[in-house]
Amino acid sequence: MELFDNHQTLFRTAFLFFAGLTVLVAIIPALNNQRNFAPLPNAEPLSEAAAKGKAIFIANGCVACHTQQVRNVDMDKVWGDRPSIAADYAGNHRTDFWRNTATLMGSERTGPDLTNIGKRQPGKEWNLVHLFNPRIVVGQSVMPAYSWLFEIKDSADKGDVLVNVPKEYLNGLQGKVVATPDALYLVAYLQSLKQTRLPDGNPAPEFLYKKEIKTTGDASKPAAADGVALYTANCQSCHQANGEGLKGAFPPLKGSPVVLNENPEQMINIILNGYTGRIQEGYGPMPAIGTLNNLSPEEITAIMNHEKSSWGNNGKPVTVEEVKKVADFLKITTAPK
Amino acid sequence: MKAALHTENGLIFCLSLLLLLLLIAVVLLKVKTSEVIKANKKLNITNESERFRQYIGNLDSKQIETYFKNKYPGKESAANAASKISMLRVFPALFSPVSLFAQSTASPATIFSETGFLIVITLVLIPILLGIVLMIIKVMNLLKQNRIRRSLEEAEKLARYMSSLPEEALSTTLIKRKQALDFRLTHSELAGHETAEDEKGLINIKSNTGLPVVAIKKKALKRPNIDPALTRLILWYIGTATFWLLFGTSIGEYLGIKFVAPDADHISWLSFGRLRPVHTNAVFWGWASLAMLGLGYYIVPMVSNTALYSIKKGWWTLILINLSVVLGSLLLMAGINNGGGEYREYIWPVMALFGIGLIITLNNFLKTIAKRTTREIYISNWYMVSAVIFALVIMIVAYLPFWQDGLGETIAQGYYMHQGVGMWFMLFTLGIVYYFLPQQLNKPIYSYSLGILAFWTQILFYTLIGSHHFVFSPIPWWLQTIAIVGSMGMIIPVAAGTTNFLMTFKGAWYKLPGSYTLPFFLVGIIFYFTGSMQGTAEAFRSTNLFWHFTDFTVAHSHMTMYGIICFFLWAGIYAVIPRLTGKEPPQITVGAHFWLALIGLLFYTVPLMYGSTLKGMMWVEGKPFIDGVAFMAPYWLWRAIGGSLMWFSHLFFAYNMYKMLAESNIPDVKDIALEKLKPQAPANL
Repeated sequence: MELFDNHQTLFRTAFLFFAGLTVLVAIIPALNNQRNFAPLPNAEPLSEAAAKGKAIFIANGCVACHTQQVRNVDMDKVWGDRPSIAADYAGNHRTDFWRNTATLMGSERTGPDLTNIGKRQPGKEWNLVHLFNPRIVVGQSVMPAYSWLFEIKDSADKGDVLVNVPKEYLNGLQGKVVATPDALYLVAYLQSLKQTRLPDGNPAPEFLYKKEIKTTGDASKPAAADGVALYTANCQSCHQANGEGLKGAFPPLKGSPVVLNENPEQMINIILNGYTGRIQEGYGPMPAIGTLNNLSPEEITAIMNHEKSSWGNNGKPVTVEEVKKVADFLKITTAPK
Repeated sequence: MKAALHTENGLIFCLSLLLLLLLIAVVLLKVKTSEVIKANKKLNITNESERFRQYIGNLDSKQIETYFKNKYPGKESAANAASKISMLRVFPALFSPVSLFAQSTASPATIFSETGFLIVITLVLIPILLGIVLMIIKVMNLLKQNRIRRSLEEAEKLARYMSSLPEEALSTTLIKRKQALDFRLTHSELAGHETAEDEKGLINIKSNTGLPVVAIKKKALKRPNIDPALTRLILWYIGTATFWLLFGTSIGEYLGIKFVAPDADHISWLSFGRLRPVHTNAVFWGWASLAMLGLGYYIVPMVSNTALYSIKKGWWTLILINLSVVLGSLLLMAGINNGGGEYREYIWPVMALFGIGLIITLNNFLKTIAKRTTREIYISNWYMVSAVIFALVIMIVAYLPFWQDGLGETIAQGYYMHQGVGMWFMLFTLGIVYYFLPQQLNKPIYSYSLGILAFWTQILFYTLIGSHHFVFSPIPWWLQTIAIVGSMGMIIPVAAGTTNFLMTFKGAWYKLPGSYTLPFFLVGIIFYFTGSMQGTAEAFRSTNLFWHFTDFTVAHSHMTMYGIICFFLWAGIYAVIPRLTGKEPPQITVGAHFWLALIGLLFYTVPLMYGSTLKGMMWVEGKPFIDGVAFMAPYWLWRAIGGSLMWFSHLFFAYNMYKMLAESNIPDVKDIALEKLKPQAPANL
């Protein structure tokens, strides 16, 4: 055939075929997407510190293990309140003359998704300790230690941010661990990663492939929430699997008067609204985990009963009704700001 | 009482058994004796001379020889034979069998149940039974003696008969018979008696090979001479590629170890996120791309049946690509990258060096093909030249900034990362296989048409499937669906290609064990099918639920980039370099390379696929994320073990490269001898 024996027509045909398909499946969709989507009106632009933090995030290839996309499937619900939409990424532009846009959606989830990490884990203290060496707070983590983002000084200067690192993670070095500006920028970026609420009246896309709700015998009563799993997912990274917390950073739950108190009110309040009562002792503020992670009264009950009955704790169990009652009461007293 | 009854029954059973044995013995002896009697009668009846003639007819060659030997030196043959035969007399008859029957077993019935009585009976029975056995042996011996005696008598008669015959007649008959019996082929009926001469240089006998540890493989056939300048270029391409393989996989090995020991170091330049793209880019652009181009520089002029358009330009590409990988690796480790999109981590000025290198090569290849002396363009050149064109298109789409805002970047990324794999590495490597596989099997490719079908369908379907890396992401749903449909369409080119290669193997499978390149091709073909089909399976929405984002992707990319691309490249390299340098790699280290790479790859991928499937299911069930991390620990350890084996195999490969390239310092005896002869002639004059 003439086509096959003439190198000019052969390679020109192959080129045009490939280039044509490329235009159809890559260039036109990309251009359309770029033109048709704008950031949500209430999206907060990155602060200066967070923008610098993003550059550090990119430079260190964090995207190799951390995605930033909540897929519209039910299993991704743990990473965000709603599936990610194109508008969430529309604010990403070319980094600079040398470097391309960094949407950082990622393709590998060796570590957790970070779309909503600023909401899920806002504590600066936790983030800094975790960056210095993740295994201080999460024993089973395989994340690299970013100890080179910290300095070790004999004495802290004014304005230095000190990080409470246990001795065994200092490799015999003496002194105070101080976060460098880069570490603080990176934490600022992580803290800024929050899903923007959709403007009122706009329904979020649905999560697909919904799990069928398992019922135990009678349909009126949903299965009891798994307190151990919920504790692992929501509380363990600070208070630890053994309930002993981390000296000087996160208070223990083992033998805690708050946990063992017969009156559950204070404990429910701390879970729902956070706590700053022990800052003087060196403990960081506790974020309002229950509200941030949308924990239901059933889930809060399961977590509380797990904490009340583990590590030698022997507190009086609470019921879902009690938790609901206190939560409703707290909603009235702590009116939205 | 019942017990007594039982023992009584038992005794009766034993006695009847004994009687039965006696009966059998009697029958046996009767048969034997009647046989002897019959033979005796027959001997007397048949005609003696008839019988003797039969004996003479049945003499074998050795016996005939003995006859002549005995006949002429002396006539003591009969006595000799008799003494020999007498040695067979072993057992003379000593005692009569009758005595055995002397003891009777009859006893009063009343004491049958007594234990002591039973023991006595048993003890008595033992010698009786032994006696019967002995008697049988005795009788047999008697019969044998009888036969021997008769044979001797017969021999005596035969000897007498033979000496009575007229000598002339007997000798002629016997000589004739001996000649007939001694007939053997001379082994020169077909070959003739001329001395063999290897006029076409087909025979190359290797002396002192020693005891082989591994199966001896076929040597590379001498190919038409290649321009030494081109040879040097190709060797540099493949040599630098080997360096990048070692470098890139050493990094990969270290990354695998970091999953098991995350605190191995705390140095920013060596942290996981920075090293990961160093590994992927070094093996992509350094190892695989340079090796492919090196083989391409051999194949393109070869199948065009002309010289390469410009060897000098080939050097430019080599320098630019190496420069690009050196700079890119350093920049990545220093924390300067393009924004995190996989395989386009090199910033544009670095990738531009690579791109310029490809433009130069494309120009070089096209101009070579333009001056080809064949009418058609061999299919290898379709694949390889198109791959270079497509790679340039892909890079331009990926690096031009006009459509990269927001999700535009993601769409370009999905397109780029998959086209890079499928349209650059896979397409080019298929071109290599279409040349080297038929060459190594020494038979034409099974179907040219299937190759053409695979070519066009690969372009049609592969181009569409990039977005399957972002299923369920916010990129348009229709684009995801197209990608999934395209992934299913990939069955066509993959099945066509696999069929084509396997059918080329058909009828030549026997060459597999005798070749050190064909096993690499076969593994590559198998992974081409399984790895590509696995990619299709991964693209579905349902499988994305539990496989996407897990290490399954990592296992898949190694099964394809390593199982397909690397194995095909090694096959090509082992096929071409011995033809360029005339030096073969040691077979044992080629075997070590092959098996370590294959077993390592399986150790790497299989546990990772298994573990990550279960991990994905844990995610679907809503288990805490950290549980999935802890769950993967043993599978990550397996990955590190498999990775180590793969890495070791590369050391063997590098050694083989060295053996194929380096000048041997052990002198060739023949060369030295010729050298010594040379100066003598002018000196004598």
